[in-house]
Amino acid sequence: MKKIYDKGKTLTGLIIFVVLVSSPTWYNLVFGKGNYVPDLKVEKNGKECVKRTSYMKKNHMELLKVWRDEVVRTGNRTYVREDGEKFEISLSGTCLKCHTNKQEFCDRCHRYVGVTPYCFGCHNIPRETRK
Amino acid sequence: MKRRDFLWIVGVSAIWGIFFPRVLASQEKNRDKRWVMLVDVSVCAKNRDCEACIKACHETHNVPNVGGSKEQIKWIWFSKFEKVFETEIPPIAQKKLGSWPVILMCNHCENPPCVKVCPTSATWKRKDGIVMMDYHRCIGCRYCMAACPYGARSFNWRDNKRYVGNVNYDFPLRNKGVVEKCNFCEERIAKGLQPKCVETCESRALKFGNLYDADSSVSKVLKERTSLVRKGYLGTNPNVFYLL
Repeated sequence: MKKIYDKGKTLTGLIIFVVLVSSPTWYNLVFGKGNYVPDLKVEKNGKECVKRTSYMKKNHMELLKVWRDEVVRTGNRTYVREDGEKFEISLSGTCLKCHTNKQEFCDRCHRYVGVTPYCFGCHNIPRETRK
Repeated sequence: MKRRDFLWIVGVSAIWGIFFPRVLASQEKNRDKRWVMLVDVSVCAKNRDCEACIKACHETHNVPNVGGSKEQIKWIWFSKFEKVFETEIPPIAQKKLGSWPVILMCNHCENPPCVKVCPTSATWKRKDGIVMMDYHRCIGCRYCMAACPYGARSFNWRDNKRYVGNVNYDFPLRNKGVVEKCNFCEERIAKGLQPKCVETCESRALKFGNLYDADSSVSKVLKERTSLVRKGYLGTNPNVFYLL
């Protein structure tokens, strides 16, 4: 192995860099927020979701992409679940009519994971659930 | 390739092309729908200040009212007969017809130039004839606007949502940077309704229906009455017909 010049300075610099980069993690661990998850208000309107919760948590964006292409590209507006139950394919008309609290459900988690989906740039919050 | 093989391929292709030229265009045969709009110009001429269809359409589809500038967004609008049908009618006839208002919208051409130029397939022709826009895919290059000979497409130069008066929450808005146009009320047809402009018009100047259905009212009217299409010489084959 070659000799590292200015070993002390280089290593100190590296350590400072790593500590700075990971500081948000340390900060949260020190102040007891290591297990923080956003407090989501899941309002279900009493109905069952189109898919299992575990699936939706991970893959709702994939389902929405499929739904989007179904309606726009092929004109199919009905989604049939494995058990035969039918749903209208509509973000505003189906998803948001059950999940009525967009601010404390969709937005809160999106902010936590640091994503800014542009769905709601065009798609409306339905009239019934506007505040 | 041997010379002999080459001649074989050329010969077979030539025979195929002569006797089965329709094979390549066979998609047309699978169609059972061709949505068309009929605009009775003579009825509109009697109600010159009527803008009911324009207002209803733009309210239904959240079309922003940017004003009369170059940035204005329009799905349906009107112009004077002499401007729309400059070459279709001889100048002498323009004296009577020239000042008539003519309702204009996307022609949903059978041979749409906008579709040909779109690099992302964000606009395409559906099987029922509607030229659709997929705002998710539009990258805002505006090739389609340059290609459309009817000026039926508008570009959202900026976020125009604040110009939408009363938002219709049952229909989406559009983001900055996409091209928009009339969709023949695709979302209403899917529910079995007539387009909003047709439904709104009290004097029934507009008719909508399936031209491939011989018993439909539009087929019957088109059989009987004289009609014009905009810039027919371009070969776009529009689906909006103007009844005289």
